[in-house]
Amino acid sequence: MSKMTLKTEGDTHVVVTRHFAAPPEAVYRAHTDAKLIQQWMLGPEGWTMPVCISEARPGGKMRYAWTHPKHGSFYLTGECLELEPNRRIVHVERMHLPDPTPDNHVETIFEADGEGTLMTMRMTLPDTQTRAAMLSTGMEHGMEASYVRLDGMLGAAANAAH
Amino acid sequence: MNLDAAFSALADPTRRAILARLAKGEATVMELAAPFEMTQPAISQHLKVLEDAGLVTQRVEGAKRPRRLAQSGLDAMDQWLAMLRRALEQNYDRLDKVLAAMEPHKKGKKR
Repeated sequence: MSKMTLKTEGDTHVVVTRHFAAPPEAVYRAHTDAKLIQQWMLGPEGWTMPVCISEARPGGKMRYAWTHPKHGSFYLTGECLELEPNRRIVHVERMHLPDPTPDNHVETIFEADGEGTLMTMRMTLPDTQTRAAMLSTGMEHGMEASYVRLDGMLGAAANAAH
Repeated sequence: MNLDAAFSALADPTRRAILARLAKGEATVMELAAPFEMTQPAISQHLKVLEDAGLVTQRVEGAKRPRRLAQSGLDAMDQWLAMLRRALEQNYDRLDKVLAAMEPHKKGKKR
């Protein structure tokens, strides 16, 4: 199951790879079709994406908005720069939290890999500080999950003490 | 390590960026302040929060007090990466299901 790799490269890159059982055409479509993106690009449990605009053409706009019943909402905007159907997407994106984060330049490549697809997503941030901030922003949501786990642990400890 | 203090220390993006910088090696307040549009006192304030949370330590070297990551600071950095990894893995596990559901065409008809 755990076929994903995530590593930093140089001072400003983050590279993620993942194998999928479906052909490149399908994985590409799941990355460009708004109705499909809304079904999976959701992060930790509890988040939904009520708004997803994905104009899959050079110069096309992207806007993804996420919301959580307890943790509020935020959104991402971007522009599609280059498209090679079923093979490669180049786009630029930024989060609005609500202040915009610096641009993240992303190249996503889909290659046939046996019966399936190897996806390589290469993110380029303007500088090391931005990369660190981006990595930690992604982690913020995970931290909320940790809080919940921590609450659970503390609750269990309190019960055990009685 | 005080978990509550550590979590609230990590809730601030500047403090996370300071930790990320210290992950690359020891630095003085002046060096830490350089990439941020912040005064040294403001950075010192953030450092104090990180030190109180047990994430950063300082040593004395003449007039300088270089800061470095404490072990729990290193652990916190590892935990961040693990959390991002987890969020992405959850995305891609969901994508596996989406792909399985959207794949009515027979494979292998091309090539």
